[in-house]
Amino acid sequence: MSASASPSDSIMQLSDRDRRLIELTQEGLPLVAKPYHLLAQQSGMSADEVMCRLQRMQECGVIRRIAAVPNHYKLGYRANGMTVWDVADNQIQHLGPQVGELDFVSHCYHRPRHLPLWPYNFFAMVHGADRDDVQSHIDAIAALLGEHCRARDVLFSTRILKKTGLRLKARE
Amino acid sequence: MMTTLARQLLDRYQRGLPLSANPYAEIAAELGVSEQDVLATLRQLREQKIITRVGPVFDHHKAGASTLVAMAVPPERLDEIAAYISRFDAVNHNYAREHDFNLWFVVTAADQQQLDAVLATIETDCGMPLLNLPMEQAYHIDLGFKLAWQD
Repeated sequence: MSASASPSDSIMQLSDRDRRLIELTQEGLPLVAKPYHLLAQQSGMSADEVMCRLQRMQECGVIRRIAAVPNHYKLGYRANGMTVWDVADNQIQHLGPQVGELDFVSHCYHRPRHLPLWPYNFFAMVHGADRDDVQSHIDAIAALLGEHCRARDVLFSTRILKKTGLRLKARE
Repeated sequence: MMTTLARQLLDRYQRGLPLSANPYAEIAAELGVSEQDVLATLRQLREQKIITRVGPVFDHHKAGASTLVAMAVPPERLDEIAAYISRFDAVNHNYAREHDFNLWFVVTAADQQQLDAVLATIETDCGMPLLNLPMEQAYHIDLGFKLAWQD
């Protein structure tokens, strides 16, 4: 669970060599028998150094996991809604983790309000087969938040204009 | 339709691969198949776009400074402004959404100073205010998705 992280306390110091590895791997590892040896050739490091650096970034949480990353749309999750909620400030620490552990919620964050334009302080990305499915998930979250939620909305995406991995350039 | 091997690879390895010199050989040994079969199946899943990649999933918040930004763009300018925003390397997600705030994007930079500079550039160039919504706390458990197989 990423619940304990606050944004400022845990930024790891990345070296230029770490950043080079991020650049080389953010669109995926090469699908060859020895991917880290190929990365070693591309980066001018040894394969051991490549693996050690990736291991260290994983231990620090910069890398969540090295994995096969499914395309949820292709796997039947055709609808996603960014749900936004105005949750009582004194309840959010208690309720946030309960929403975060629902299996149809992929991302769940406390963010600042911007009154009067934006009254919502709690975001949960909800996935479902279609919009009706997403709506039933929203109802479940609403039931969980109960009286501690003053307002809510859902923003469906109409177009994905850009979606890439992390793009961190090595410092010049 | 997906083969049994494809399903096993998705189910088990969306949560993590071995970080070792021969990761696909280790997977093959765990599943009792050949390394070539594992690689061929992963390549096929990628070609079919069932997986987007096999590789590291980065946590933006720990790799640098990042924020979620929303803009309320006049509909007739949405394409133009969205294309402008997407051209930034610092922008990795950019979505049009049904709302007055109709453009939503994530900006990531090496540190807060660089992040602020990107936001200031966008605000000046577009001539409209940004809703800056940095994460204050994350609550989700990020272990991948439960995959419901339907054939």
